Amino acid sequence: MRRLAWWIAPATFAGLFLLYVPLAAVAVLSFNATRHGQSWGGFTWDWYVRMAHNQAILEAAWNTLVVGLLSTAIATVLGTLLAVGLARIPWPRWFRRGSDLAINLPVVTPDILLAIALVGAFAVLREWWPVFKPGMITLVVAHTTFQISFVCLVVTSRLVTIPRDQIEAARDLYASRWGLWWRVLLPQLAPGIVAGALLAFTISLDDFVVSFFVTGPDSTTLPILIYASVRRGVTPEIHALSTVIVAATMLAILAVSVIHKRHQPE
Amino acid sequence: MATPLDLRIVDLSKSFGKVSVLKGLSLEVPDGQFITLLGPSGCGKTTLLRLVAGFDMPDSGSITLGSTDLLALPAQRRPVNTVFQSYALFPHLRVLDNVAFGLRSRRVPAADVARRCRETMDILRIADLAQRYPHELSGGQRQRVALARALVNEPEVLLLDEPLSALDAKLRKEVEVELKRIQRRYDITFILVTHDQDEAIAVSDRILIMHGGSIIQDGTPEQVYERPVNQFVAEFMGVGNRFPVTSDGSDTVQGPFGPLRLEAPPPWRQGTLAVRLEDIEVRDQQPAVNGFQAVIEERLFRGDYWELRARVGQAPPLVIMVNPDQIYHEGQTVWIELPPSNIIPLAD
Amino acid sequence: MARPIVIDGDLTTRPRLFIRGLMLIGWGLLWMAVFLYAPLVGLGALSAATRGEYGGVEWTLTTANLWRLAGYDELGFSYNNLLILWRSVWLAAVTTGICLALAFPMAFWIANHRPRVRHLLLALVMVPSCVNLVIRTYAWQQLLGGQMPPAWLASQLGLIPPGGALYPSGFAVYLGMVSCMLPFTVLPLYTSIERLDWNLVEAARDLYGGRLRVFRHAIVSQCMPGLIAATILTFIPSLGMFVVPDLLGGAKFMLVGNLIQLQFGSMSDWPFGAAAGVFLIVASLLALVGLRAVSERTEGR
Repeated sequence: MRRLAWWIAPATFAGLFLLYVPLAAVAVLSFNATRHGQSWGGFTWDWYVRMAHNQAILEAAWNTLVVGLLSTAIATVLGTLLAVGLARIPWPRWFRRGSDLAINLPVVTPDILLAIALVGAFAVLREWWPVFKPGMITLVVAHTTFQISFVCLVVTSRLVTIPRDQIEAARDLYASRWGLWWRVLLPQLAPGIVAGALLAFTISLDDFVVSFFVTGPDSTTLPILIYASVRRGVTPEIHALSTVIVAATMLAILAVSVIHKRHQPE
Repeated sequence: MATPLDLRIVDLSKSFGKVSVLKGLSLEVPDGQFITLLGPSGCGKTTLLRLVAGFDMPDSGSITLGSTDLLALPAQRRPVNTVFQSYALFPHLRVLDNVAFGLRSRRVPAADVARRCRETMDILRIADLAQRYPHELSGGQRQRVALARALVNEPEVLLLDEPLSALDAKLRKEVEVELKRIQRRYDITFILVTHDQDEAIAVSDRILIMHGGSIIQDGTPEQVYERPVNQFVAEFMGVGNRFPVTSDGSDTVQGPFGPLRLEAPPPWRQGTLAVRLEDIEVRDQQPAVNGFQAVIEERLFRGDYWELRARVGQAPPLVIMVNPDQIYHEGQTVWIELPPSNIIPLAD
Repeated sequence: MARPIVIDGDLTTRPRLFIRGLMLIGWGLLWMAVFLYAPLVGLGALSAATRGEYGGVEWTLTTANLWRLAGYDELGFSYNNLLILWRSVWLAAVTTGICLALAFPMAFWIANHRPRVRHLLLALVMVPSCVNLVIRTYAWQQLLGGQMPPAWLASQLGLIPPGGALYPSGFAVYLGMVSCMLPFTVLPLYTSIERLDWNLVEAARDLYGGRLRVFRHAIVSQCMPGLIAATILTFIPSLGMFVVPDLLGGAKFMLVGNLIQLQFGSMSDWPFGAAAGVFLIVASLLALVGLRAVSERTEGR
């Protein structure tokens, strides 16, 4: 610990302040008995109860979950295959450069560009296959599209830690291609695949911009619901919902880091 | 192993891009022999090993085991197993599962798998490590697991890629003895690759010295050690002293310190002689044959011997190895003897 | 007959190997091509098309959209659109500047602790970034509302009329943007600062004396990689941001993101929206290339 300039600590706390105070404000308001306005009217759990029974909220939550699970499932499969295929075949350098660029594209592109690209794609595809009308299907497809990159990146980083020796050794020990995959590669990749899937799932749950553009009237997700409510006029149930989401997010991160630490002493 | 299966390599060539690593190499290994491919890095020994194992394809040539053309088979189907330099143990499997891997791949019945693994692990003294994971083992233990994993499959040929390089000196000596013992017991053809000549001498029935993609010398450890065939081999095997001489066709040659008597006339008019460090004797009186007066310029203590640097007149210095109890001092003049039987004429 | 080769112990031929490879990566790449790459290319084409009568797309190619972006349309020149473009770039730049100014001390503060504590502190900074953007932004709405302490304080100081709120306003937008992007600035910067060689800083102190020069020469030059990464990760997403200006800036505070959203939404003028999208792509690429060039120039040192 060295001594730092006097303004470092205050600046840091200012930054942390910026990050946390708004969330704290919402949490406080979620317990506020006053319905409208922001003067304090006493502590209450009412809004949480109402939230838990609100049809619109429950439906949005359900949609969010379904879209998250479906898109994560598809993206995990496609992303893992992509990672394995790219790493284990000796593609020529130009192909590798191109595919690296292509896979990194969704990660660096601003959401809104992804969103309008998807909107355009669906508009065109709708001409031949009406299934691409704005709704759950387009949501799942849209989420999968940017999740694939993340899964691929995570699995690839895990894949490169497996030395070539092991693969040669497995074949030397009479393993078939399938045997190699099932008994040597997959068990070692599994943590990476799970991590990639979790990452993709989180991104899907959190997504707003892309969802906003591609969704239909029957496929509202939680972020979209909150946004719509904010534009109309916020209700305390929304405060309650937001606080629950914030708390859940923090707990999830805590859980992941604890599990991660338990796997560390290897 | 009913019929002895000999490994026959004929005219094998392999290039990587523009670099030609193996040049028309031919070799025959009788069943049950322990041979070592010895040479510096880049000489092609590891490439040769990989070609036999099935991890690479030669540009031309053939490899046959008995009557089977190995090149037509993928590594998966060759009755050949490899012990990797890095051991390449599967980190997510316990030792027992590592060892059993090859047997299970071939769908050997579980009872046989258990029995054979137990036997092999007993022989290699790792039976009590069965439930551990590779990361919990020491280097020496891991090496034994790698060996067991290969041996349990009873291959026709076992390939070992610098298996002792990661071990400390003491462990190396122990494992050298064990390797020999195991090879004798299993009666499997062993092909070992190394750059360490002491290791090669300790374990092999036959040493092949490789350089630049070809076999330079092929012989027993004694032959290679005592009679290096040229400069390169001599230097590689640690024959410390080399000097040019001229011959007039008799068994006496003219060297930088005077006339030297050899056992037989050398095959050339001008060439190089080699004498090992430990073959030059230091005497109190003038020796009968090949004796010279030398001044000791430098002495270095090497633990189990003294390394002396002595000069005869103006000739280039000779390096001599003497016992630790023979104490000489710098500046001392001594008689040195080069016994004719210890002088090696080199081919080039 | 193709020559056999061996890859990772597998005996096969080159054609068969690549076919197998294609079977693995084909699905993912096809998916991305259909839903992402092709449409992005299509956007470029779209920006040259015209809006149809009822909001569809008419494929009469024109550069009118690009001109509209620059401010020229049938009614002559108006600088509205240019203002929107400029405001986006300016906002992204100022946000990045403020974020860097805050991220530096934060990164130092964190790096100054014991390794174990560091991870906790870093997590502390990153956690809010995992919370949904909509929630984080509307939370600012609440915090800056008329009856909350900050607004009350401002009205006491005479900055705003009593009872007024601190949003919608430019100030609110900047607050929202900074608080949104700050974690993404801190993390890359931190990775560089953690590896800082303090010996060099001490040496610089002896050489230079002035605080600022020490900072510039010893500290900033060592943190270049992290600094560049932080700038990229803050500036480029900020360019395309639309949620924050939308919720905190009100109708008057339009940015490129809002413009695009409008065209693809109520205005149904996709070609124009695509043109705006193209601007965004170009601006992002320019920023990326520019920052890469800076990083490559400092690599040499």
